[in-house]
Amino acid sequence: MSADVARTNQQQAKLISALRQLLPAEAVLTDAEDLRPFECDGLSVYRRLPMVVVLPETVTQVQSIMHLCFNAGVPVVARGAGTGLSGGALPLEDGVLLSLAKFKQILDIDPDNAMATLQPGVRNLAISEAAAVHNLYYAPDPSSQIACTIGGNVAENSGGVHCLKYGLTVHNILQLKIVTVDGELLTIGGATLDSPGYDLLALMTGSEGMLGIIVEVTVKLLAKPERAQVVLAAFDDVAKAGEAVGAIIAAGIIPAGLEMMDKLAIQAAEDFAHAGYPRDAAAILLCELDGSNAEVSEQIMTVRDVLKYSGATEVRTAKDEAERQLFWKGRKSAFPAVGRISPDYYCMDGTIPRRQLAKVLSYMSKLSDEYGLAVANVFHAGDGNLHPLILFDANKPGELQRTEAFGRKILEFCVDVGGTITGEHGVGMEKIDQMCVQFQAAELSQFHAIKAAFDPEGLLNPGKAVPTLHRCAEFGAMHVHNGQLAHPELERF
Amino acid sequence: MSNTSISEQLQTQVQQASETGRQLNIIGGGSKSFLGRQCHGEALDVSKHCGIIEYDPRELVITARAGTPLQEIEQTLAASGQMLPFEPPHFGATATLGGTIAAGLSGPRRPYAGSARDFVLGCKLLNGKGEVTQFGGQVMKNVAGYDVSRLMTGAYGTLGVILELSLKVLPRPAATLTLLHECSETDAILFMSGLLSKALPVDATCYYKGQCYVRLSGSEKSIIEAQKKLAGEKLSQQSHFWQRLREHELSFFDSSKSLWRISVKPATPSLPIDGDWLLDWGGAQRWLQSNTDVSTIRNIVQQYDGHASLFRNGDRNSNVFQPLPLPMQRLQQRIKASFDPGSLFNRGRMYAEI
Repeated sequence: MSADVARTNQQQAKLISALRQLLPAEAVLTDAEDLRPFECDGLSVYRRLPMVVVLPETVTQVQSIMHLCFNAGVPVVARGAGTGLSGGALPLEDGVLLSLAKFKQILDIDPDNAMATLQPGVRNLAISEAAAVHNLYYAPDPSSQIACTIGGNVAENSGGVHCLKYGLTVHNILQLKIVTVDGELLTIGGATLDSPGYDLLALMTGSEGMLGIIVEVTVKLLAKPERAQVVLAAFDDVAKAGEAVGAIIAAGIIPAGLEMMDKLAIQAAEDFAHAGYPRDAAAILLCELDGSNAEVSEQIMTVRDVLKYSGATEVRTAKDEAERQLFWKGRKSAFPAVGRISPDYYCMDGTIPRRQLAKVLSYMSKLSDEYGLAVANVFHAGDGNLHPLILFDANKPGELQRTEAFGRKILEFCVDVGGTITGEHGVGMEKIDQMCVQFQAAELSQFHAIKAAFDPEGLLNPGKAVPTLHRCAEFGAMHVHNGQLAHPELERF
Repeated sequence: MSNTSISEQLQTQVQQASETGRQLNIIGGGSKSFLGRQCHGEALDVSKHCGIIEYDPRELVITARAGTPLQEIEQTLAASGQMLPFEPPHFGATATLGGTIAAGLSGPRRPYAGSARDFVLGCKLLNGKGEVTQFGGQVMKNVAGYDVSRLMTGAYGTLGVILELSLKVLPRPAATLTLLHECSETDAILFMSGLLSKALPVDATCYYKGQCYVRLSGSEKSIIEAQKKLAGEKLSQQSHFWQRLREHELSFFDSSKSLWRISVKPATPSLPIDGDWLLDWGGAQRWLQSNTDVSTIRNIVQQYDGHASLFRNGDRNSNVFQPLPLPMQRLQQRIKASFDPGSLFNRGRMYAEI
């Protein structure tokens, strides 16, 4: 054992024993077996065991942990339910994994002001369940809403199927309490509709655990719409389905949800959920309308006309609530359904301007042939957020690497057509190199400067979300895009 | 409608200012120069940097240069049956898009549709080093990198010069109707906050001179349906009530007393401060004309978890915005320095220290 390793081990032992002073014995985990459940988030291709897992249950404990780690210069990765899809909660070997799983309390539901105050470990769906007696609900509904927690939703700025009309997490929260890297408790935003100073609420939302530890969230609640209805339309061509999406919006309608699935996704979902989808269609659209009774009735008529005019081969309105639920069940089970037809799948998350849909789909089908990997497409069509699922078999040598290369090309193409590498899953570990494609050195430097304003030593979730310029230079050296070297202004190492 | 880019001139001026350490005072149409604290510096005129760059109604996104007149934006959107959903106040015919976002003001629809910052999707920004940077984009969902473009909203130009903005837009409602009924302030607060948990197409509520106003918007039929469930008589469309409220043209605003903007939770009871009150945003934004001293106002408002800013008529060298707790103030100073290390832009416009 070298002297360095010995010193490191000694320092780690010292930190662990200090953590044991702060927390009960069962809240500090160090055995490999106990650490295993924390080795990855929802993106299980990245795995790593942390040095130690801590499970505090009070804000004061979180403050003490942060204070201790700050003084010891030890990095900290915060974790909610671990349902994230970009490796954002991937632990560090020499770091502390801070789980917020014990913060499960709904602190207050305030129907008079239509807001709820929650600990970060409250599950997304539990908020709406608790607010239902007041005829209120929490709008963002990521597909993992049964399991994912509000703290993680804020860290990732989670979306869902209702974003076009109701916005993302950033549009539906009012106040955060965060513990800073050095253990201070800070209130960001307020119970009011705005707060003095810079809008740090927007900055914190989607910051992937890089700026602070979220220990309390106040969300906005909305009145449950009087009625929701869904229309299903089938198309013999995906481009026509894409056109229909634009036509619905051009008709002045903002659907509560507007989802598209392609043939492979339709067939997988139908075999799995028996939702009554037309198996032979090239694409289907699910268009949900909500609001007052009268408004929904009028909009259904308009949407049906628009869909037919756009060349739909079939247009069906769910005949009752049970059929509406069934239509959605098919869509919401698309991921596990695809999981049944392929040993593994890799879910991508780019956003594009909707008008580019046909171009992007045809590029993907070309790549699919090139890489010899099938792709099923599930698409939040209303807001341009694509979820291509690349089908692969991790047991076949080289197939994961081929899948990742395919995925990277899709994301880079999203940037080329004016979109982004991530709509709602976050950058995390997964898309860190693609950040070099989307941003230039000055912007990346700005992100680092913002990070430093909160966390000067770089101890909060280091290595995620924003690549170093050095990393981009190396990535650029490997990656010559359209004949242009990325970041030509940088030195090559 | 002019369409010109002067970003290179602006960049040069910022670079020169950066080299010599000269302070800059960013100016658009000048319509909101009365807001915030008084600040000094060489004028950096953005008004010539104007024109709509891209607008495709089907994408629900408009991209325009910061100096584009707000009127031009709104007329262009209206021609395609769309609008800026946050109903921004203009406070003058010269209002620009950049100033609207920098001031971060929203109109009566705000509690029901969202604020100015909610509709910002992306921006091009000239930072304090004279670099042109770009954040966010033209798509609705985008979580790559920190949300810098929304941070610019309400930052009063202290973090950089906004060059371009992309905003989400929405269709205009097919119809609107305003109902009003007489009631006490206490009843109005209960009534307006009660509407928050009712599925009605309400998109503005206010209490003024003993009357509670409720605006409904949506399809013709849905409004007729909603009208049956609510008390009140119809207000004539000709009164332009909401526009006059938004632009501070109601007689309430004719006063030489200080005008305070008070932000509280909507169900907050009537605040015990002497003066004239107008409650907008369903009770969440309250306007107060009063000669009561600053510290009394802020002490009371803080007891109700709110904050107070001086909007018109008062000492513009004092704390116009509610002072921040020290750790927050320091964090905001560090954020300012991360964008504008030489503290060139609009120094002191929000707070003396940023």
